[in-house]
Amino acid sequence: MTKLVTDVICPFCGTLCDDIIVKVSDDGKQILEVENACAIGAEKFLHAQSPDRITRPRMKQENGEWKEVTYEEAAKYTAKILCDAKKPLMYGWSSTSCEAQSTGHMIAEKVGGIVDNTATVCHGPSLIAVHDVGIPSCTLGEVKNRADRIVFWGCNPAHAHPRHMSRYSIFPRGFFTVKGQKSRKIIVVDPRPTDTASLADMHVQVEQGRDYELLDALRVAFKGEELPDMIAGVPKEKVYELAELLKEGRFVTIFFGMGVTHSLGKNHNIDIAIAVTADLNKYTKASIIPMRGHYNVTGSGQVLGWQFGFPFCVDLSRGFARYNPGETSSNDLLQRGEVDASFVIGSDPGSHFPFKSVKKIYDLPSVCIDPHMTPTAAVSKCHVPVALVGIEVAGSCYRMDNVPIESRKVVDAPEGMLTDAEFLEMVLEEVNKIKGAAA
Amino acid sequence: MTSITVNLISGRTIQQGVSMEAGKEKEDYMKSCGIIELDAADIAALGIWKNSNVRVSSEFGSVIVKAIETTQGPHPGLAWIPMGPWANMVVDTNTYSTGMPTFKGTKVTVEPAEDEKVLSSIELVLTACGEE
Repeated sequence: MTKLVTDVICPFCGTLCDDIIVKVSDDGKQILEVENACAIGAEKFLHAQSPDRITRPRMKQENGEWKEVTYEEAAKYTAKILCDAKKPLMYGWSSTSCEAQSTGHMIAEKVGGIVDNTATVCHGPSLIAVHDVGIPSCTLGEVKNRADRIVFWGCNPAHAHPRHMSRYSIFPRGFFTVKGQKSRKIIVVDPRPTDTASLADMHVQVEQGRDYELLDALRVAFKGEELPDMIAGVPKEKVYELAELLKEGRFVTIFFGMGVTHSLGKNHNIDIAIAVTADLNKYTKASIIPMRGHYNVTGSGQVLGWQFGFPFCVDLSRGFARYNPGETSSNDLLQRGEVDASFVIGSDPGSHFPFKSVKKIYDLPSVCIDPHMTPTAAVSKCHVPVALVGIEVAGSCYRMDNVPIESRKVVDAPEGMLTDAEFLEMVLEEVNKIKGAAA
Repeated sequence: MTSITVNLISGRTIQQGVSMEAGKEKEDYMKSCGIIELDAADIAALGIWKNSNVRVSSEFGSVIVKAIETTQGPHPGLAWIPMGPWANMVVDTNTYSTGMPTFKGTKVTVEPAEDEKVLSSIELVLTACGEE
């Protein structure tokens, strides 16, 4: 006999789909099928079952070979390198629960670490822009029920957030959007005619890296002022057409992604996208939402926010919280050689940081807490596999629109494996022993 | 030897996401991300067969990947490597005091390298770190 676990939360992207159905074996140990999830989400559930899964911590030997160690030994090593360091980098946090993040922050406070999450290579510039100019936003439920103008600016949900379009932004029928896709006009702004653009009513093929100009031109066009013939590779007629299309809408939502945060201009691209949203609110209702990547990067920003007042790049090395992206951000710290230990959890900088930063991790005392083998694990001295949050252990997560959702446990983790929260508790205990504080 | 200069961007593809979740040490991850998507016109200008290996170089580094014809084009002059260790060998590391490296908009040259091998993610990173 098999049983169905319903209303499962998918722990892949910031869309945090909450309608996954997982068929598990009667003893609750084996995932057999995953329904409703996208290809990426389904693969994440199924990979948890992989027969070659690493289930015990490992330390790298002199000859480059791995040697299995106990969780206790791994926790002692982790505590030691964090306590020995003057300025350890504690990076990641985006693929784990808010509870684990909170325990990790206690460790960071004791050892004087830097806590940075994946926003640093994702929506960090968006967070900087929000500090500068605020953000008129809404929840995805409001998008589904109200938005009749959807703009995807520098994002490609067909690949990166595959169910976003069917759950919230293009296809679903909502209270005021009863005809689904027919109730909405979809606009995609991207230098490539992407698969998302193929679903759009209008594709604006902006020249790569010139989003600021185009956004600025839109503000001019809203006011009906004169524009030059071409703006960022786009004819002015198209800009006026887009401006009118947006002004005519009853409720506009702009989703934006790495196309704007990764390109030159960075936070300023977001500043002006937010200004465009504010302008639109003079004519209609408009909101703007960043397409957050990891399923709980938003949660990391929330927990850091309520504990220390800043959403990423939090430097606790002086005994109080400081925040200065560019100075206290992971890539700057690594590339300038300003950190002396690397602790990575719930992320893979080995794959997703420029190699110059990865080499620095390789040279440092380092720990990687990750359920699977990754390039980060490969360049680290110690690899600690843990249970998967949202599959083998429950925990709180925040969706891209800052709505908290409790993820569920579907199956048991392989025998003897700890959760990341449990491992962090062990590290905290060891840190307390070294620092001489009461446990 | 012929070479072309293009503007490189990187980011997620569904194949990158699926193969990443299936295991970054596996061959599928290399096949999904150890590639460069070029416009048909750029492949013609480079004078290579589709699906042959090329060397991509920038002032920040160099990497061997397989050149394929773009799946989301046309975009002449623009090249795409899915996010991952291959792209990160050549992307612009400058953060301009924002914390964010410039992952999109790196000037790269592409030249034929038919006899060279695309490394797996782990091999690539460890070799670049100096391990054999």
